[in-house]
Amino acid sequence: MISAEYIAYRIGTSSLVLVCVSVLTFGMMYLTPGDPARAILYHQTGQQPSAEAVTAFREEHGFNEPFPVQYWNWITDIFRGDFGTSFRTNRPVATMIVDAIPATLELAIAAMVVALVVAIPTGVASAVYRGTWIDQASQLFALAGVSMPNFWLGYLLIIVFALHLGLFPVSGTGGLSYLVLPAIALGTGMAAIVTRLVRTSMLDVLDAEYVDTARSKGLTERIVIYKHALRNALIPVITVVGLQFGFVLSGAVVIEIVFQRPGLGMMLVDAIFARDFPVVQGVVLVISVLFIVTNLLVDLSYRVLDPRVELGGENA
Amino acid sequence: MVGNSAVAELRSNRLTLVGAIIVGILGFVAIVGPTVVPYDPTAQDLSNRLQPPSLAHPLGTDQLGRDVTTRLVYGTRVSLGIAIAVTTIRVVIGTIVGLVAGYAGGWVDELFMRLVDIQLAFPGLVLALVVAGILGPSLRNVMIALAIVGWTTYARVVRGSVLSRKKRRYVDAARLFGTPRRRLFKRHLLPGVINPVIVIATLNLGTVVLATAGLSFIGLGAQPPTPEWGTMLAGGREYVRSAWWIVNAPGVAIMLTVLGFNLLGDGLRDILDPKQQARVEEV
Repeated sequence: MISAEYIAYRIGTSSLVLVCVSVLTFGMMYLTPGDPARAILYHQTGQQPSAEAVTAFREEHGFNEPFPVQYWNWITDIFRGDFGTSFRTNRPVATMIVDAIPATLELAIAAMVVALVVAIPTGVASAVYRGTWIDQASQLFALAGVSMPNFWLGYLLIIVFALHLGLFPVSGTGGLSYLVLPAIALGTGMAAIVTRLVRTSMLDVLDAEYVDTARSKGLTERIVIYKHALRNALIPVITVVGLQFGFVLSGAVVIEIVFQRPGLGMMLVDAIFARDFPVVQGVVLVISVLFIVTNLLVDLSYRVLDPRVELGGENA
Repeated sequence: MVGNSAVAELRSNRLTLVGAIIVGILGFVAIVGPTVVPYDPTAQDLSNRLQPPSLAHPLGTDQLGRDVTTRLVYGTRVSLGIAIAVTTIRVVIGTIVGLVAGYAGGWVDELFMRLVDIQLAFPGLVLALVVAGILGPSLRNVMIALAIVGWTTYARVVRGSVLSRKKRRYVDAARLFGTPRRRLFKRHLLPGVINPVIVIATLNLGTVVLATAGLSFIGLGAQPPTPEWGTMLAGGREYVRSAWWIVNAPGVAIMLTVLGFNLLGDGLRDILDPKQQARVEEV
């Protein structure tokens, strides 16, 4: 078991990181060359704003307050569920985010499922048949998958499966059929990474003593592999899969553009181009929170799952 | 068992060789290519739009009648140039931070490592996206964004290496003998750092090519008509139905480049830094 103390410590450090992340997210706007108010107005109207318009805008959006006050107002509003209003659409940012999240999460989860369904059998086969053509083929797949830009893979899939074979829609959202190609495009890179990891992890486990013991007890190779080896080999895999969540979210940004899926990624990119700062800040904050919370959960569950951590405490 | 590992080594060396050859060819194309190709990468020829591959245009022409091969060749120079620049900045920042943190210890170390933690708390590409977006879409800003995002790996590895070396007797001895700090760094601490840094940097060149292309594809990096692979891909996406070559030529180029650096990096790791585990991909 993990101690309450450790959980408290991890939650504490994660919260601290969250605070820093939120300050950075909010402060990003001030990286804009020149005056953000002027830049926003210029973007909205397409012409140089008058001095009065800039003053009025600064006043209205609280830009004249000192930075800490602005930050404090922003973050306390967020705790009340108010992420501000989009400069561009005049809609509440919170509503926009809530609308966009399902499409992104759906894509991210589907991509992870694709990755695991491909990677676990491939990685296990690769380790069990080490050195054979199966191993070589799966390593080749892993190399290609890691090296392939996911947005190009997206277009390849569109060309072959949507345009030529007509099996799936080209773009948009809807039922499951809209999810298949984006999930494969996004999941392949991760499948490649996880395949390598499963292979390495499985090879380690297959060399371990308890697997020898299981073999010497006369258990069939099948039981040894699936019951004894695979279960233990998957523990480090879970950690990496969890930590890859951020990678998947980043990838979703690009894939959403390829497949024109209205999710967080598309929203973020649109907002960046439009200098719609409340939306940029809101989306970045939400993605970072998702990322940090996942990492925290992964770390804690890893400690629950890994029998070696338990053994240490029991003086085995 | 012996036979097996020998075979594995041979195979990994062969793959390393393939990686080195790919990287060598790319370097050659980047340096010499632009002086050889017969077309101008930005010259439009609207009467020859969307021409399929032919002898005159081996990879066809794009939506503005520009020769895709020519643009691909110029794009090699852009991609490799940026990858080298970004990686160099990352290595310099990361190595300095890692050396200082590891050597100084105490609150300096604590401060730098918390900075690294915070940096790692953002998904890298999202941060790069926002920084590049807010600074304004341009290749220079993509370089800044990617450099800001990626130095942390180096800082951690260098710090770890310095920490383990600092404890060794000969470093202590050198310090006791009053070796100047500069010399101490140069003679005793840096050498242990070089091999892992070379390995990470090689793999990094590939990821930077990928990230630059991705950001340019979104529209935050190179701006048209710059011949950059990601921008070329974005330009061709309206035409995937009729002119598949516009999208696929840069796609293959990006993949081969990343593959080359990955193979070379993996091989170098086996040779230079065998203890190091395969690391999870980062931006």
